[in-house]
Amino acid sequence: MTDKIKFKCRNVRVQYGDLEALHGIDIDIADRGVTAFIGPSGCGKSTFLRAFNRMNETIGGAKFSGQILMDGEDIYDPSLDPVLLRARVGMVFQKPNPFPKSIYDNVAYGPRIHGLTETQAELDSLVEKSLRRAGLWEEVKDRLTEQGTDLSGGQQQRLVIARAIAISPEVILMDEPASALDPIATARLEALIEELKTRYCIIIVTHSMAQAARVSDKTAFFYEGDLIEYDDTEKIFTNPDNQRTQDYITGRTG
Amino acid sequence: MNVSQHMSDKARKHLKSRYAKERRFRFYGLSAVLFAIASLGWLLLSLFATGLTAFQEHYVTLEAEMTVSAFAPPDQRSVETLRIADYKSIVENAIEAKFPDVRTAGEKDLLFALISESGATDHLRKRVVRNPDIIGSKIVMTVPTSDQVDQLLKGHIDRNVPEARRQISDQQILWLDDLRARGAIKKKFNSILFFNPDSRDPELAGIASAAVGSVMIVIIAFILALPIGVGAAIYLDEFAPRNRLRDWVEININNLAAVPSIIFGLLGLAVFINIFGFQRSIPLVGGMVLALRAFPTIVIATRAALRSVSPAMVDGALSLGASHVQAVFQQKVPQAMPGILTGSIVSMALVLGETAPLLMIGMVAFVTEIPTTVTDPATALPVQIFLWSESPERAWSERTAAAILILLAILMTMNALAIWLRSRLGKRR
Ligand SMILES: Nc1ncnc2c1ncn2[C@@H]1O[C@H](COP(=O)(O)OP(=O)(O)OP(=O)(O)O)[C@@H](O)[C@H]1O
Ligand SMILES: [Mg+2]
Repeated sequence: MTDKIKFKCRNVRVQYGDLEALHGIDIDIADRGVTAFIGPSGCGKSTFLRAFNRMNETIGGAKFSGQILMDGEDIYDPSLDPVLLRARVGMVFQKPNPFPKSIYDNVAYGPRIHGLTETQAELDSLVEKSLRRAGLWEEVKDRLTEQGTDLSGGQQQRLVIARAIAISPEVILMDEPASALDPIATARLEALIEELKTRYCIIIVTHSMAQAARVSDKTAFFYEGDLIEYDDTEKIFTNPDNQRTQDYITGRTG
Repeated sequence: MNVSQHMSDKARKHLKSRYAKERRFRFYGLSAVLFAIASLGWLLLSLFATGLTAFQEHYVTLEAEMTVSAFAPPDQRSVETLRIADYKSIVENAIEAKFPDVRTAGEKDLLFALISESGATDHLRKRVVRNPDIIGSKIVMTVPTSDQVDQLLKGHIDRNVPEARRQISDQQILWLDDLRARGAIKKKFNSILFFNPDSRDPELAGIASAAVGSVMIVIIAFILALPIGVGAAIYLDEFAPRNRLRDWVEININNLAAVPSIIFGLLGLAVFINIFGFQRSIPLVGGMVLALRAFPTIVIATRAALRSVSPAMVDGALSLGASHVQAVFQQKVPQAMPGILTGSIVSMALVLGETAPLLMIGMVAFVTEIPTTVTDPATALPVQIFLWSESPERAWSERTAAAILILLAILMTMNALAIWLRSRLGKRR
């Protein structure tokens, strides 16, 4: 793990109408490795995650203030097109959401809209490479024309990851990616995250303490819209500084 | 007392009343459904009872002498002169040939009244214009009987009532029986009903002009209302800024769907005919008026379909860097397509059954030509039904019921198509 910083967040506030969901978050996120966001329901983890690819803007009434620098560049600069930002910052949602198209077309969707490949052969190999990276190739290589929605939940989630990495993002945001999966599918997903973290900056929101402890290098604990504690995962789970963090990870608050 | 409170008498009684409530509700529901089915069944049954016989008609076969004297001399023959030849006398001679002992003029008139005069002369005219070489020869022709004869043979006129109370005389009945015994009368499928335009004579009246008019109206309404309706719905739902104006437009589109359809007819009359100067009675205006009628329905159906698409699909596309327009048109709209199509077909069925606005723009004319362009005078199926229903004669009420059956069959086919499309396209998701 390098010490290079990917995101520098300063005084990040997000409001939904009159309700302020985040009360000024300051955090630095490393360029490689996994950062986990944990905290009780409604504390603003998803809201914060969506701030990194400006998906909050697609929600009517959400207002952002503060600053997020990605490699030193302000991602909320009005001259920056969110479309380009989202090509660099991929996202995986809580419920797998493959498009009702073939497996192939799901993965090819991003490369097609961004015009990443010139020839059919290039696209074919990009699809294969992405599916391989997502650990799905062996299972689907003979059924690429089948509907993505016909796969199992765990496969769908890996398909969605393949779809996200097909456009070579620098960052992958994951919002509770394993919450709809059984333990075996979850284990596969965690193994995949382990692999991907050498190439990408990964931010994952999770409700599972065990998962955060297993996959992440750094952990941030949020509580009611504030960042309470942010440190190496090992430190957070063995010897947190803050009493609230302690209570949360030991299950006294939830 | 150690009995659980769920096992007490009070609890049992409460449970019993809960079941009684459920049974009552089921009974009400079932009776409502049965009532609806019974009403529909009764409607269809009475339509079939009246209308089914209209799908067949009686024809009489005669041998006609195409006497040269009935036509213009050979050097003056043209389509014009061939059209105005004396076909009536040929037909008269043909029927009289069957009954050589009929002598008096009055009797001859009665005899001639057995067959459809226009039906027979039109038949001959068409054949001669197509092939003038048959002039001078003897040809066999099969022509419709008059409506009275047809009704008698179908049993709708009782031959046992006193002669004075029916329009067909005892003598005519005798002749008919004679013709029948000689095998000159046949019952055939009534293709006239489908392929002829309207006529003053029921035995020659068909729905063709109205059907063609309806098809033109529906196509015009579809071409106009579908793109505008779907476009408006997509814009309102996805791109319009959320403000007062949008709410106002939305409310008014919903109101438009509830406006009585005759108002659209008044609007069409005032705007399309009086201001823009379009002709009355033409399918083009009918289609434009009914496009207005279909528009709000299509908007509402499209918006419902768009909303039923999971927002996760749009999020997925956006998170991959699709623009808003791409996310909407590549993910949302295709997935809403089955719903949009279903809504459109249903609204077209609505257009097909619409009558009142067409009355307002003058599409109630008596049309004896099948329209070939959208600016030819025409009627529509429901208007044709309305027109025929005004004549009390049995021959007309039979055709009215038959036309209703045809219209219902088309509407049911359209609805079935909508259901089929929805389930088929829905499965592919
Ligand atoms: N679209 C929205 N409109 C209005 N308020 C919202 C919206 N999304 C979230 N909120 C509010 O913002 C706060 C933070 O929500 P957020 O979804 O970020 O929490 P979370 O930590 O992800 O919770 P969970 O663990 O349950 O997913 C909550 O109070 C929530 O009610
Ligand atoms: Mg959340």
